[in-house]
Amino acid sequence: MNLNSKIPEGPIAEKWTKHKFNMKLVNPANKRKYDIIVVGSGLAGASASASFAELGYNVKCFCFQDSPRRAHSIAAQGGINAAKNYQNDGDSIYRLFYDTVKGGDYRSREANVHRLAEVSVNIIDQCVAQGVPFAREYGGLLDNRSFGGAQVSRTFYARGQTGQQLLLGAYSALSRQIANGKVKMYARTEMLDLVLVEGKARGIVTRNLVTGKIESHSAHAVVLATGGYGNVFFLSTNAMGSNCTAAWRAHKKGALFGNPCFTQIHPTCIPVSGDHQSKLTLMSESLRNDGRVWVPKVAKPKLTAKEATKIPEEERDYYLERKYPSFGNLVPRDVASRNAKMVCDEGRGVGNTGLAVFLDFADAIKRDGKDVIEAKYGNLFDMYKQITGDNPYEMPMMIYPAVHYTMGGLWVDYNLMTNIPGLYAIGEANFSDHGANRLGASALMQGLADGYFVIPYTIGDYLATMPYTKVDTDHEAFREVESKLKAKLDKLMSIKGKQTVDDFHKALGKIMWEYCGMSRNEEGLKLAKGKIQALKKEFWEDVKVLGSQDELNMSLEKANRVADFIELGELMIDDALHRSESCGGHFREESQTGEGEAKRKDDEFSFVSAWEYKGENQAEELHKEELVFENVKLTQRSYK
Amino acid sequence: MNLTLKVWRQKNSADKGKFETYEVSDISPDMSFLEMFDVLNEQLVNESRDPIHFDHDCREGICGMCSMYINGKPHGPKDAITTCQLHMRSFKDGDTIVVEPWRAKAFPVLKDLVVDRSSFDRIIQAGGYISVNTGGVPDANEIPIRKDIANEAMDAAQCIGCGACVAACKNASAMLFVSAKVSQLALLPQGQVERKSRVENMIAQMDGEGFGACTNTGACEAVCPKEISISNIARMNREYFSAKVSSQKV
Repeated sequence: MNLNSKIPEGPIAEKWTKHKFNMKLVNPANKRKYDIIVVGSGLAGASASASFAELGYNVKCFCFQDSPRRAHSIAAQGGINAAKNYQNDGDSIYRLFYDTVKGGDYRSREANVHRLAEVSVNIIDQCVAQGVPFAREYGGLLDNRSFGGAQVSRTFYARGQTGQQLLLGAYSALSRQIANGKVKMYARTEMLDLVLVEGKARGIVTRNLVTGKIESHSAHAVVLATGGYGNVFFLSTNAMGSNCTAAWRAHKKGALFGNPCFTQIHPTCIPVSGDHQSKLTLMSESLRNDGRVWVPKVAKPKLTAKEATKIPEEERDYYLERKYPSFGNLVPRDVASRNAKMVCDEGRGVGNTGLAVFLDFADAIKRDGKDVIEAKYGNLFDMYKQITGDNPYEMPMMIYPAVHYTMGGLWVDYNLMTNIPGLYAIGEANFSDHGANRLGASALMQGLADGYFVIPYTIGDYLATMPYTKVDTDHEAFREVESKLKAKLDKLMSIKGKQTVDDFHKALGKIMWEYCGMSRNEEGLKLAKGKIQALKKEFWEDVKVLGSQDELNMSLEKANRVADFIELGELMIDDALHRSESCGGHFREESQTGEGEAKRKDDEFSFVSAWEYKGENQAEELHKEELVFENVKLTQRSYK
Repeated sequence: MNLTLKVWRQKNSADKGKFETYEVSDISPDMSFLEMFDVLNEQLVNESRDPIHFDHDCREGICGMCSMYINGKPHGPKDAITTCQLHMRSFKDGDTIVVEPWRAKAFPVLKDLVVDRSSFDRIIQAGGYISVNTGGVPDANEIPIRKDIANEAMDAAQCIGCGACVAACKNASAMLFVSAKVSQLALLPQGQVERKSRVENMIAQMDGEGFGACTNTGACEAVCPKEISISNIARMNREYFSAKVSSQKV
């Protein structure tokens, strides 16, 4: 297979501009002859749907939630990066580009990242014009704060609800187009398969989650904006419904899956409290602007937050400030997470489980006053108190890393098209911009960059080559996919086993977290592969799904998703096993520096792993896209 | 903790529905209310009984999907949180807890505790936006906004669209929800161009959906998980009045 990334020629700063000029255009009057399907209504999906409709295309947008406003982008707290340099602190497009490539541990595509940095400035303008109430200074201009992995303040924010405000902005633009009749919205509808006609993506098959009806939808192009797959781990900061099904089923239809093992473990989450736990809650990275991370110098088992306030300064180890003096508490997420794990492994973890570290605001409150801290983080402090019962104004927070984001995703070229013609992947669903580790406040940036400013251009280049002719949903290709899908659902319902869907999901999560979580090794991964294959077999023999197919049936929905998570879990393990280097969030114990930092092997692994599905229970085939670095020099990442 | 739950069960929108009683035991006070429901549902599935359907997604109080009417109050006994943020430490061992769906004509029940809130989406579609296309907008700092105005707009913009305000209101009025969006956009300079048509269109849609009128009881504000103030309703009334008296429409 020929993996052509289609990166334009020329100097990096001119590639996108030149490419925009070179791409074919669709005449405004002809745009209405094309139909586009967008799956997902988060930042990427909503912004793309609205932008397509504004251009004149006919759009069908799908989401599994009851409203497009509820997509999980809404939960992003801290902010969105943009190279505006409003703070006059030396930021630039090139610096944002550089920080992102370095932050990703040199496993992303330079050209894509530079484009992301270029359009970042347009995103802020667009959102302000839509009425997004970003934080402001007294003079009325926009305020910024800093985030991990950067030494400038380039993060725009709306209290601790930046994702919510950006999503509601995109949702309002989408709503306007729904009212205009240019977007037809399908809420509570889940994509369950992709339909190819003559090798091109021409539609999808969906299940109406309220009536259970299986329906076909045809279009000239299909855009997947379906988010990440962090819920493979059962416990993550993702929403309960976040799933990989649309992307995974596209993968099984031929779309390559890029870097599946690249998972982001976020350092500041509320620790697990017991077996009942259904999900984990993130505490925004912005807290590391003012909070100081520490554990006792000498292990103190079951130390509570209240007792911690009495521990004298000289008995505390502010390990991030000690090890990384220039970045301190604002080291990138992978580094902060790994260090938290290290001190807990040494037995210096705190709280009942010993799997937590302190994030302390006492100094910040003393320095700036409680009011200032409350204005910045009030809602986060309230949320913390609500969940744990502890008051972070009076005692330190307890935090521990948790699965948060997946850098891996469907392989796409520079145009964000997968290797299947007419099938695009945008936002977290693709693999392209974050390499092996995503910097904070960059997910919102990428989702909106792809949706507002990249795909509206690149999709035209493809559609201009397509005939206007529509494919009827009575076409045999649709009939065939529908009948296979119905058979699969029948099978799930007919097993009538003994274990619930959650039993399987929890078992999968345990395997993945233990062997393919914050650190990985060959022996463990090989063991995990066997366990997952056994789990898959057991699932298809013993899962228990009640109710019927033709009604609202959340067990059936979940069973479908968990079946796919199990398969994707196995591929993640294959990928982690093959990549015997450490890079970013992927830490292979066999490959570390003397100081325990991730050690890359650039000679062997400077490529994107793109996996091709070869059939049920067959090993997937690995394709490699070599990464060429013309602008950034590869070095051992240092935040010291 | 051991608890008795009386939960509304309704097979579909055509079904009449009724309360069913369930017992749950060994509930940890650290569980969230929805995690307690997860435990109950696992118990039901293991007994081959249909699990209780309820809406939920982010489980961190921001998506607005969860919607349980607990002991006569939307989102339960505590102020300023959603159902998913409610923890079992707010209840006592031996309690009986009654759980119902949102009840409003404009929010028909789909199954058990799941309701259809698409009427809220249609109200936003009627005008809850600023009509700007992607691209071609001014630099963000060319629109300076006073900090207090930006903050007030943000206070209103925090609405998560859960519908607790409607569920709490004896008239099933959606005024708090609609006024939050009207206020946000009326306060900001970007929202001025469509200020009048927006409030007229959104209110017309709200009335058309079958929501009731506002009689200023303040129940909406009391239960709002994001503490949206009813002063937004006052502002919307003023906006509406001023739009009507100066209307260009004849």
